[in-house]
Amino acid sequence: MFNNLSDRLTLTFKNLRSKGRVTDSDINATIRDIRVALLDADVSLPVVRAFTSRVRERALGAEVHEALNPGQQVVKIVNDELVEILGGQTRPIRLAKQPPTVIMLAGLQGSGKTTLAGKLGYWLKQQGHTPMLVAADLQRPNAVTQLEVVGERAGVPVFAPERGNVAGYDAAVEYGSGTRGYGDPITVARQGVAEAQRQQRDVVIVDTAGRLAIDTELMQQAADIRSAIEPDEVLFVVDAMIGQAAVDTAVAFSDGVDFTGVVLSKLDGDARGGAALSIAHVTGRPIMFASTGEQTKDFEVFHPDRMASRILDMGDVLTLIEQA
Amino acid sequence: ARSNTAFGRSLLALLGGGKLDEEAWEDVEDTLIASDLGVEAATQLVDKLKQRVSAEGTTDEETMRGWLREDLIELIDPSMDRRISSRRLEDRPAVLLVVGVNGTGKTTTVGKLARVMVAEERKVLLGAADTFRAAAADQLQTWGARVGVDTIRSDKEGADPAAVAFDAVKAGQESDADVVIIDTAGRLHNKANLMDELGKIKRVIEKRSPIDEVLLVLDATTGQNGLKQAEVFAQVVNVTGIVLTKLDGTAKGGIVVGVQRQLGVPVKLVGLGEGPDDLAPFDPATFVDALLD
Ligand SMILES: Nc1nc2c(ncn2[C@@H]2O[C@H](COP(=O)(O)OP(=O)(O)OP(=O)(O)O)[C@@H](O)[C@H]2O)c(=O)[nH]1
Ligand SMILES: Nc1nc2c(ncn2[C@@H]2O[C@H](COP(=O)(O)OP(=O)(O)OP(=O)(O)O)[C@@H](O)[C@H]2O)c(=O)[nH]1
Ligand SMILES: [Mg+2]
Ligand SMILES: [Mg+2]
Repeated sequence: MFNNLSDRLTLTFKNLRSKGRVTDSDINATIRDIRVALLDADVSLPVVRAFTSRVRERALGAEVHEALNPGQQVVKIVNDELVEILGGQTRPIRLAKQPPTVIMLAGLQGSGKTTLAGKLGYWLKQQGHTPMLVAADLQRPNAVTQLEVVGERAGVPVFAPERGNVAGYDAAVEYGSGTRGYGDPITVARQGVAEAQRQQRDVVIVDTAGRLAIDTELMQQAADIRSAIEPDEVLFVVDAMIGQAAVDTAVAFSDGVDFTGVVLSKLDGDARGGAALSIAHVTGRPIMFASTGEQTKDFEVFHPDRMASRILDMGDVLTLIEQA
Repeated sequence: ARSNTAFGRSLLALLGGGKLDEEAWEDVEDTLIASDLGVEAATQLVDKLKQRVSAEGTTDEETMRGWLREDLIELIDPSMDRRISSRRLEDRPAVLLVVGVNGTGKTTTVGKLARVMVAEERKVLLGAADTFRAAAADQLQTWGARVGVDTIRSDKEGADPAAVAFDAVKAGQESDADVVIIDTAGRLHNKANLMDELGKIKRVIEKRSPIDEVLLVLDATTGQNGLKQAEVFAQVVNVTGIVLTKLDGTAKGGIVVGVQRQLGVPVKLVGLGEGPDDLAPFDPATFVDALLD
């Protein structure tokens, strides 16, 4: 069996080479292989459609038909298109002209926001910044305690005026879907920025509660936090293991909090991470960072080229191109 | 509702054209793929449906939809036993172990399960064998306090999780609990050291008591990686049931169809929110209807 795309394409083009000429139906067969590979990597359907039709268009053109080595050419087109979507707009964090730079984190439940707050804080501190974390998740049990521990591990102070959801406290607000709020996260976020200003900290990172794409009430709350603190960056933290829900989710968070950048988390797993392509494609927002473990230092700047070969499971694309 | 329309539209197109239009079939397949069922399973289901449609020559959309629904329900096998052990057995508490990758909803599920069992007048004890993640034991303890059960934990960060699990089971036995539920740290299945640690937790508990239930918690938003997670976890601990969480979102959780088939163990529970009452038994028909909706 051929378990990855490079094997499949290599075979397709080996057969082709014996025929000596590439036909449109050869190209179509190749496109079908690419479609399956992308779906297996969890790229969302609408994005797979758009992507394969773009590749087909280019592959049917002269650059493939006239190529000495058509297989090589198709692989190159696929890879180029992927890297372009994934990395067209990579950029560093936008720092505020007037400190503090305000960074807000948002995403689904359990995606890795709180962990990221510590990593980002640590990373910025290493670069000479003076970050502060703000505990504005007053919903998940002990989210505030968690952020405090995370901050301590990172050596970054945490502003936590409310205890949030801990035993002995009663819920202040009932949201839909069984979720309860134990304080006002909007006020906490606003106070956090003021506190950072007072302490002359130059970056403030606001951790928020996880929320579902379809939870309009909580999405509105996130939008309200955004308007209250006018962040320089809103980072959408998304689990690299996410499947077809990636597009709906990214669109909902884009509409809800108009995020400015994406962080892919849990990339230390073995998920192919097609969501990266889906999200970059539908929102046009840059993927800025990769979260690669549970420890404070497991964090890096995102590499579009590595992600492209991971999604296609191609290993070293260049090696393949030499074989094709 | 969106994919529902797609389904309807494609079948109508297929009938309207009077011939079996490949593109229309592809749309039906896409509905399944969009639920994270996977390309292979989706293709097989559509091929089967195609054959049946051409053999029986139906032109009725509802009939076709019904057949697809039947096939899906058959795949999920409604005859499987989906009960959870929560009673004392042979004079000892039942022991449940909850496992899965990071952030899927293990701790929350433990809290919700405790709530259900307390409502059934069981005496429940929780064991906080996640000694790794920041404030994990506090999180479990808060859940315990809210549903009125005690939590056995270590105050030392980074304590041996197997020892905590052992202590919890022992405490459960000594206090005549009906059930002990052990929460474990999230771990990625491709991390050998963490999977070894999980194996050790299991072995150490078994020095004190058999384990009656090992629940693998999968997040409904998970894509095809869910299959690998299930495969590895099942190798390391003997998974007896699957919990599908976060089904209150847009994700359909189609990956569990493949997972259930691969492991041969049923999905037993679904998580439908963050609150203590947001846990429900898995119902194959409801699940399939949502998948096709
Ligand atoms: N392996 C791995 N685990 C991660 C990574 N990032 C976060 N985690 C783990 O994923 C789980 C969830 O992380 P959190 O930071 O609590 O996620 P969150 O988005 O804040 O969750 P909520 O606040 O509940 O919405 C924890 O077990 C983290 O240790 C990562 O990059 N790799
Ligand atoms: N909407 C929704 N959220 C859920 C559900 N189950 C859990 N969550 C949320 O998902 C997040 C992670 O849940 P946890 O129970 O901490 O997950 P975990 O698997 O214990 O995480 P780690 O121990 O860090 O690996 C929290 O914000 C929960 O409130 C569910 O069924 N629906
Ligand atoms: Mg959090
Ligand atoms: Mg947990």
